[in-house]
Amino acid sequence: MKIHEYQAKGILAKFGVPIPRGEVVFKKEDAKAAAQKIGTPVVVVKAQIHAGGRGKGGGVKLARSVEQASELAGQILGMKLVTPQTGAEGRIVRRLLIEEGLDIKRELYLSILVDRAAEAPVILASATGGMEIEEVARENPQAILREVINPAAGLQSYQVRKIVFGLGLPAEMTAQILKVAEPFFQALYRAFLATDASLVEINPLVVTGDGRLIALDAKMNFDDNALGRHPEIAELRDLDEETPLEVEASKYKLNYIQLDGNVACMVNGAGLAMATMDIIKLAGGNPANFLDVGGGASAEQVKNAFKILLGDPNVKAVFINIFGGILRCDVLATGVVDAARELKIKAPVVIRMEGTNVEKGKEILQNSGLNFTVAAGMKDGAEKVVALAGGAR
Amino acid sequence: MSILVNEHTRVMVQGLTGREGGFHAEQMIAYGTKIVAGVTPGKGGTEHLGVPVFNTVAEALRQTGANASAIFVPPPFAADAVLEAIDAKVPLVVCITEGIPTLDMVRVAAVLRNSKTRLIGPNCPGLISPGKCKIGIMPGHIHKPGNVGLVSRSGTLTYEAVDQLTRLGIGQSTCIGIGGDPIIGTSFLDAIKMFNEDSDTQAIVMIGEIGGSAEEVAAEYIKAHVKKPVVGFVAGQTAPPGRRMGHAGAIISGGQGTAKTKYAAMQAAGIHTVQSPAEIGHTMAAVLGKAAAK
Repeated sequence: MKIHEYQAKGILAKFGVPIPRGEVVFKKEDAKAAAQKIGTPVVVVKAQIHAGGRGKGGGVKLARSVEQASELAGQILGMKLVTPQTGAEGRIVRRLLIEEGLDIKRELYLSILVDRAAEAPVILASATGGMEIEEVARENPQAILREVINPAAGLQSYQVRKIVFGLGLPAEMTAQILKVAEPFFQALYRAFLATDASLVEINPLVVTGDGRLIALDAKMNFDDNALGRHPEIAELRDLDEETPLEVEASKYKLNYIQLDGNVACMVNGAGLAMATMDIIKLAGGNPANFLDVGGGASAEQVKNAFKILLGDPNVKAVFINIFGGILRCDVLATGVVDAARELKIKAPVVIRMEGTNVEKGKEILQNSGLNFTVAAGMKDGAEKVVALAGGAR
Repeated sequence: MSILVNEHTRVMVQGLTGREGGFHAEQMIAYGTKIVAGVTPGKGGTEHLGVPVFNTVAEALRQTGANASAIFVPPPFAADAVLEAIDAKVPLVVCITEGIPTLDMVRVAAVLRNSKTRLIGPNCPGLISPGKCKIGIMPGHIHKPGNVGLVSRSGTLTYEAVDQLTRLGIGQSTCIGIGGDPIIGTSFLDAIKMFNEDSDTQAIVMIGEIGGSAEEVAAEYIKAHVKKPVVGFVAGQTAPPGRRMGHAGAIISGGQGTAKTKYAAMQAAGIHTVQSPAEIGHTMAAVLGKAAAK
């Protein structure tokens, strides 16, 4: 799960990570008061959306007076912010963070995430702050310092020193940073562990004129599997930042991701669901979504899945690919027929299923009088559904 | 022969008295797996499905001589269940549970590294040596004893591939679902090494998916050490970057872990790659036909 910058900073501050003074505002009228309260000659007005590259899209501006802060807030709130990460459709800005302007001497990069190969948390750091880390990784991979944290021992002081010296900054600045780096890094690691974060990214991490380290920006992503033990974080979910159909699907605990094709697919199991998207593409079509109804694929879930799939206006045909195994196909087929009748489904539906009682299941589908096509296998099903959706493109 | 499990495997089920654990234990027994114990804290001394239930893994091991454990414990408690099995020195632990927090698995991985236990999963269908032993949730009847080893990150996609093989008359030595999470006990590399050393496995099917670099690591090894033919597929060729495709581990992040890079690594290693998931069986048939003709 993703959260906003101001929320991430709120969490980090609780763990002792220094952040700029700031306030979140939802209305233009509140911007002036917030800027006044902060009281620095320069304040920063930052759009809060769940995507990076906000500065490039015009979502981050400097204000040199409270009036200007209010004016900028008026411009940014409600704007459709398009950044390299939002896609062309952009995001509507509904929240702003107003922050103190800082005397910035240097911008760095710092993040903590779980490294799959090392099976442990890893700190990434770089002297080139403000840039996308992927870009740095591509162009200058040696510029990224990597320090694996032993989960039993925790983050050690020598590791912090290794990173600070490794940054290759001027000697005077290195000495300055060394004085404050240890508590900063430890606080960040504590926050990462305590919240079951999957990523904490400080980009940029700034060194100020008076030698402080401050998290100028902050991004936190959380492990969805751990949200059950962090209700206070689950509450921070912002539904405005998600696709409406995906929000709807999550209510039914369906794994659904909307894509831009016209062949909807309903599959049990994530791997088979991805493979089904792939085979639709190979048949010349384009998948409208990823959808995993779960290994069991109950009749109730099939109905819910239909509702979500048909909520996408681009969908021209539906491909149901269920490899049941232990699952009884007659029960599944009855569920599909009931759901199609109840929801008055008009779109052509191609069904491929395997499992116990598969012949009985096929019979139920064929005798239903509904617009169903029964496929002999994955390939046959993909070809049939692509043809029904208007053919290969 | 087969790897990891065979007719001598004696299985305990952690979470036997739960709904999932009970249902699948029944299925396993019906397949012929020797289920010798259940573990449910607080229900020690009772019986379930005719199997004695114990309070702790250590006690179940001592009383029944189990040498493997299947874990069907809900996600918040599953890491603890795995750690208990490691502590009791169970040689093989198969964790079916989906949805274990990643940082829990970081702790498990650290303990596992210094142990004698092999962990399969979590978030996996388990493993089966057809006709001998099934530990997991896969439909047993689609399998057929034979000489192809199969390793996959997926559940139902594995069944799909097995079904294709069996319909073509190609049996399997052992099929392992290693799981769709970012941190898992047994990697592609581990499974490939075991298949390579198993005299009864003549060819290998490897079914990867987007995310991470485990397929690339295994491909490197295959290039250098594996003479047996390998057929490879990678799910998620059409998956968008930055989105978690159902499995917690199936995500392309920062341009890493794409199907394209995995296919490239597989091809460089001489693996017979297939673009269509419907062609896994046929490709293996063709590869085996060629090998037989030689």
